[in-house]
Amino acid sequence: MINETLVELSRWQFAVTALFHFLFVPLTLGLTWILFIMESVYVMTGREIYRDMTKFWGKLFGINFAIGVATGLTMEFEFGTNWSYYSHYVGDVFGAPLAIEGLMAFFLESTFVGMFFLGWDRLSKRQHLMGTLLMALGTNFSALWILIANGWMQNPIGSEFNYLTMRMELVSFSEIIFNPVAQVKFIHTVAAGYVAGAMFVLSISSYYLLKGRDVAFAKRSFSVAAGFGLAAIFSVILLGDESGYEVGEVQRVKLAAIEAEYHTEPAPAAFTLVGLPDDEAMETHYAVKIPYALGIIATRSLDEEVIGLRDLQSEHEPRIRNGMIAYEYLVKLRNGEETPENLAKFDETKHDLGYGLLLKRYTDNVVDATEAQIQMAVKDSTPPVAPVFWAFRLMVASGFIMLLLFCLAFYFNARRVIEEKRWLLKAIFLALPLPWIAIETGWFVAEFGRQPWAISEVLPTFMSTSNLAVSDVLFSLVAFIVVYSILFVIEMYLMIKFARLGPSALHTGRYHFEQAPASTSGLRSQNS
Amino acid sequence: MFDYETLKLIWWCLIGFLFIGFAITDGMDMGVGGLLPFVAKKDDESRVVINTVGAHWDGNQVWFITAGASLFAAWPLVYATAFSGFYFAMMLTLFSLFLRPLAFDYRSKIESLKWRTNWDKALFVGSMVPPLVFGVAFGNLLQGVSFGFDELMRVTYTGSFFALFTPFTLLAGVVSVAMMLMHGSTWLVMRTDADVAKRSANIGRVVAVILALCFALAGVMVWQSIDGYLVVSTIDTMGQAQPTMKEVTTGAGAWLTNYNASPLLWLVPAIGLLAPLLVAFLLGLKNKSTSVKVTAFVGSSVSIMSIILTAGIAMFPFVMPSSSQPNHSLLMWDTVSSEGTLGLMFIVVAVFIPVIIGYTLWCYKKMWRTVTIAEIEQNKHSAY
Repeated sequence: MINETLVELSRWQFAVTALFHFLFVPLTLGLTWILFIMESVYVMTGREIYRDMTKFWGKLFGINFAIGVATGLTMEFEFGTNWSYYSHYVGDVFGAPLAIEGLMAFFLESTFVGMFFLGWDRLSKRQHLMGTLLMALGTNFSALWILIANGWMQNPIGSEFNYLTMRMELVSFSEIIFNPVAQVKFIHTVAAGYVAGAMFVLSISSYYLLKGRDVAFAKRSFSVAAGFGLAAIFSVILLGDESGYEVGEVQRVKLAAIEAEYHTEPAPAAFTLVGLPDDEAMETHYAVKIPYALGIIATRSLDEEVIGLRDLQSEHEPRIRNGMIAYEYLVKLRNGEETPENLAKFDETKHDLGYGLLLKRYTDNVVDATEAQIQMAVKDSTPPVAPVFWAFRLMVASGFIMLLLFCLAFYFNARRVIEEKRWLLKAIFLALPLPWIAIETGWFVAEFGRQPWAISEVLPTFMSTSNLAVSDVLFSLVAFIVVYSILFVIEMYLMIKFARLGPSALHTGRYHFEQAPASTSGLRSQNS
Repeated sequence: MFDYETLKLIWWCLIGFLFIGFAITDGMDMGVGGLLPFVAKKDDESRVVINTVGAHWDGNQVWFITAGASLFAAWPLVYATAFSGFYFAMMLTLFSLFLRPLAFDYRSKIESLKWRTNWDKALFVGSMVPPLVFGVAFGNLLQGVSFGFDELMRVTYTGSFFALFTPFTLLAGVVSVAMMLMHGSTWLVMRTDADVAKRSANIGRVVAVILALCFALAGVMVWQSIDGYLVVSTIDTMGQAQPTMKEVTTGAGAWLTNYNASPLLWLVPAIGLLAPLLVAFLLGLKNKSTSVKVTAFVGSSVSIMSIILTAGIAMFPFVMPSSSQPNHSLLMWDTVSSEGTLGLMFIVVAVFIPVIIGYTLWCYKKMWRTVTIAEIEQNKHSAY
């Protein structure tokens, strides 16, 4: 039988390690391009300040990158350690993009990151710039492949179940690469990373401008970030919206959960701005709605419906019953009763095998499920609404605040009056956590909203774990929390220290803390 | 293109290649990290040591990640079984590996001696624990691991963490650590000068001899006291991945079956034994010309390759034998991905590996120099 505690702890560990890793990845995604832009200007114009910008923001990038690499190791192996049934069940399909990520992306990124930091004196200007470009491409390829893998979890096309090997097997790799869910996810996620990189540079530059330190340096950094960030935030909002939720069953369910839409409304549906979702009653109380908005955003049309959770669940019920038949014949086939009749029956029903597996939570034999158990599985077939509903709203709110800030930053910067707008600089500085709030809640919407599935309609999350003792996972979860917290404190200590120090950290003799040795000699001698 | 059987064989070679690639590249900087406290007596010397690998350790580490991910793609059952079975060993490896990226990047960012020596310790732990665990794990593979599958192919590991440690597996751990240390020392001899290079050569000599002795001892144990595994039913090499359908027996000396069947294979362990001795000899020479230093490094790489291959050949076609349910042992014939995935991934590897080796060598070439204390002094704010 399924051990619910083991499943809960395994999920917590995955969430903790993935969310923690995902604090650092987006910044890497965005900063690599910002560094490439800065260095390109340096190589084209030969102006040293742009080299200093590349090196200084590169220093902060390095502090972030190191911890991203460290925490990324966990992600590469955690499927095997904690989700071994998942690894067996889908490794034939899911493993491929991960291995390609290593070969195509990680090697490129990690090899040239060394050149970026330590190759300044050993490479020509153009060679170094090329290295920076390859590093940026590497990080972005990495996002591409991991999101192709993730896209397949959300919408598992191009693959088929094989009863002999008891797993999903690859049928068409091109379908998996061109999975529409993966495409939308890739653009949305990398653009979110670009926003994080831009916001980071914008906020810290605002801090220097507010302090009146290294103004020339800060203004140039601000300009690069404002332009890059404005383009990025538009991409996130326009290209990464709910249009990706049209394909794949799990995405339809997620969309309904995001909108707390329990009832299917006549098209075009209204958008629920806020409300109190109630899974028991399957109603959203005190809903404040914007007419037509959801239908237009989600379906890009006026006449297509957005299906509500009640209807989705009643669609799932026959599929669960069908899945019981599939399971019955699967067991027969695996016991060697490979008669043409059994094969035919299984082929007829196997697309619902995953729904049958939902019953494994209540009865190991699946086929003997009672009516009550079937009803419980139907209830399980959609995620709890409130967490998804609120996480989504937090993400969108953060996004729109950033959109406003980037617009203002870009406008006043273009008019060359940004230094006078101290209120805006302060707001931008305070908004520094916003991209991370948006990104982490976005991850939550995508992955919690996928529940109860690890692989949509194929493999329930609760079946995917390793057969470990509860104490094993509890121990490792606590260890992750403790060790990651320590690493985080160290990382933040260095990040804040160097961000405060600013370009003086480069020891070129041209920047603020190096101009007034009397008051800042302490800082100078302590930092490299 | 190729039939399923050939693809399975190719993937046995490729997985071996990736793990050997990991041991030769990342093993080198792990060895360097392990030697750090012994070859560097002051901060400048530590920085010399670290900067010989500063630009490369991250790229090298990707061999490890890619080897792991390739297991996932090509041998998903091994990925699922080994990493969940060796749960605490994997966690130990991961937690020690966390220390390395931070130690490399953060160590020299602050000029406090305490800060720096703490990171040096972290680098030592991060560099030595993983090879130790990998060695012990490899020893366990040779001994067999207690696991089995249920009717839906869910794996259960029935051993404990402490059961992983036996005299033989600990010996395998020593072999692994010694390989890395020897390899790191030949690297430092090539890339440093003065005291650091001298100390590296001295340690390297000793470690290489220890390696040869331990490797020989492990060989004797495999011959005399470790039960090997043998498939006694016919294997359908073209068949689908169904690892519970065969019959396996165990017996002393069974791991020597392949060597006795093709005596030419004895060359591999012979090289594995002699190459470290050659390295020890070269490191002992008073005046080492560049070609001597390079030969020592190449000799060390050949040692690593031969030692890993020795174990691989002994176990072939086994990848992960099961001691509790031998019939559920994982073979390179029946633990694999589907034909389509193996074919696809073969093409991907064939395209990317030459490219990766190309740009990696370019980077090594660009960064090639003897790292000196004078250079560190000059770049004390930008070097690691």
